[in-house]
Amino acid sequence: MDTGIKEYILAIITQDMELVNGGGCPVFLAANQEEQEKIAIYISRILGGIVHDLENGVYFICKH
Amino acid sequence: MVILAGVLAGFLDRWILLRNDYRHYPTYPHGHLTHLALGFIAASLGAVAVPAIAEPDFVAVTFLVLAAQQFREIRNMERETLNKLEETKLVPRGQDYIEGIARVFEARNYLVILTALVSSTVVHLWGWPYALIAGPLCILFSGRLMSGSFIGDIAKIEKAELHFEGAILKVNDVVIMNVGLPMTREKILQEGMGVIIKPKDDNARLSLHAPGQRLAIIHDLVSILGTKVDINETELMPMARKQVDKGYLALFLLANEPDIDYLIEIIKKVPVLETTRGTTLSSFFGRKAAD
Repeated sequence: MDTGIKEYILAIITQDMELVNGGGCPVFLAANQEEQEKIAIYISRILGGIVHDLENGVYFICKH
Repeated sequence: MVILAGVLAGFLDRWILLRNDYRHYPTYPHGHLTHLALGFIAASLGAVAVPAIAEPDFVAVTFLVLAAQQFREIRNMERETLNKLEETKLVPRGQDYIEGIARVFEARNYLVILTALVSSTVVHLWGWPYALIAGPLCILFSGRLMSGSFIGDIAKIEKAELHFEGAILKVNDVVIMNVGLPMTREKILQEGMGVIIKPKDDNARLSLHAPGQRLAIIHDLVSILGTKVDINETELMPMARKQVDKGYLALFLLANEPDIDYLIEIIKKVPVLETTRGTTLSSFFGRKAAD
């Protein structure tokens, strides 16, 4: 049976730590857009989640 | 002779009803055998009923009724198997679809009993040549009875355009989901297909509103056209979302066989599930509210 955590932010990938506050999940700081996308792909593939874009430069991974 | 005619007609009926289509379950030889065997038993049950009453042997008739109860188990059997399989499916069938399939399998056996019963009665009363008429008629009738309505009957399906507003994927004016990666967005724009499913009336709108019905549509599409979803790569999951104001559905799919014309044909052939069928127009207030 599948017992993963769903509908929950599993990781946040950002270029600007100012935009993220609080805890609950790991936050990854990326140096540039390219690195941000790469980290996002890796984490999403490993966790089986989906990358969502908040359109302010913050990506997060969520499993549905 | 009476029993033989009944059994033959019933068994044939079961065989014909057991269509071997990749969308339909079972597609496995063993599943086939199980159902043919059960169909044979059902046919025998129906066939011996009339001679038993004619004898008259009421104990035998009572036992027959008891035996008929066994066919209720078929529904449970199908439901259980399909539920087990569901756990490992990437694109699920959905509980509503499973329930529908299980019911159909149960109902088919009752039709087989009926066919066998009618055929053997006809032989008992008038002689065997009449079974050649009654049997095929019954089979035709049960075929007609088992074919429910399809999405094509209740809705119009049109090609639609996939586009992005920022990170939001839309099919025409319906929001589907938020897609983060530019790479994925490009892939969706290049290879994705979108359609709009417009219900013809209020009943149809309610049917399409049910998530179970949407899952059934998606499952049928995926089992024929394929999908680019894999374990741990669920970003390209096909989805059907509702235009909440107007009530029509937008469907989005990345298929291995990207052929939009067949996609529309397949959707038209998806059965309307019994459990999700909307019936608002047959209620007083439903009809009043509709206009």
